Amino acid sequence: MENASLFVILVSSILVNNFVLSRFLGICPFLGVSKQVDTAIGMGLAVTFVMTLSGIFTYFIQYFVLVPLHLEYLQTIAFILVIASLVQFVEIVLQKTSPTLYQALGVFLPLITTNCAVLGLALLNIQYKLNLIQTVVHSVGGALGFSLAIILFAGIREKQVIADVPLPFQGFPIALITASLMSIAFLGFTGLV
Amino acid sequence: MNLKHLTNGLIKENPTFYQLLGMCPTLAVTTSAQNGLGMGLATTAVLVGSNAMISILRKIIPNKIRIPAFVVVIAAFVTIVGMVMEGFVPALYKSLGLFIPLIVVNCIILARAESFAFKNGVGPSVLDGVGMGLGFTWALVLLGMIRELLGTGMIFGISVLGAAYKPAIIMILPPGGFLTLGLVLAVYSVIKSKKAAAGQ
Repeated sequence: MENASLFVILVSSILVNNFVLSRFLGICPFLGVSKQVDTAIGMGLAVTFVMTLSGIFTYFIQYFVLVPLHLEYLQTIAFILVIASLVQFVEIVLQKTSPTLYQALGVFLPLITTNCAVLGLALLNIQYKLNLIQTVVHSVGGALGFSLAIILFAGIREKQVIADVPLPFQGFPIALITASLMSIAFLGFTGLV
Repeated sequence: MNLKHLTNGLIKENPTFYQLLGMCPTLAVTTSAQNGLGMGLATTAVLVGSNAMISILRKIIPNKIRIPAFVVVIAAFVTIVGMVMEGFVPALYKSLGLFIPLIVVNCIILARAESFAFKNGVGPSVLDGVGMGLGFTWALVLLGMIRELLGTGMIFGISVLGAAYKPAIIMILPPGGFLTLGLVLAVYSVIKSKKAAAGQ
């Protein structure tokens, strides 16, 4: 992946290695906030915002703080702290500068700290040895892939509410089986790049 | 010492089937029973350690910054467990890969810290950690066994269905994870409603 072109990274992180449906990252918000398309779009926006920022931040932390000081083993602790404070910071800034956007994202922002897609993305960026530009593209792609999956899924779940689902399958079981079918569809992208 | 703290997480409030927490590792690592077992035990170790530590520190941690404090404690234990696994079981460490550091963001651990360890003494907190951890572990092993059996015809790497069985590869691919969990949850809800009907 080191020499992959930016376009390949983008397509592969949105479709082929979709964060939710083929990497299993960010399942909690994927199942939890996907009952309505509107909230799913809000969550997708918030995640895209935070994931892109945290991807860039953790890149600098890794290569300008941890590596020069030989503290790579503190990666997990350092990254989760960066992400947690970044989420808090974004929340405060949005509250002051753009109350409308803050209102729209409101509830979802604090939830993002425990979204494993954000930490997973930061760790994957390092694992793949991406440079700064590739990191940005991979972060945006991963976040767009997450948004795509959660918005599509919410669209299907909105229809499911009026469907006659057998009693034992109501709620989460049918949602998971739906996710399984979506995941099969996304398997079709394998080999695209 | 109250044994209820221990048994609570095993069945009644099972973190996977009842509380639906920690879904990412549940789906991602259960491609084989062995991976499920490894992930479950690693999470249990972190959970017991962090529950004990947070319970000890609960009078010192100010209420306002408790969440960041929890996260730091959990991340420290995850780093320790990760290093131990890398040293002693490198093969397992490699196959679980990214999901070892991601134990930090497993909602089960933060949820137990917030709802149990921060309010209770060390003894009950450790028991709660063991119970919830083992509840998570058996759920992962069960899912891993189903997927491994259908996907490869083996359980814990031992052939069960024989050479004549044509493995359904889809079960060890991502869709199989969602499908298996969905079906197991449906069975769980049938059992639960039968029990509720019997109790009336």
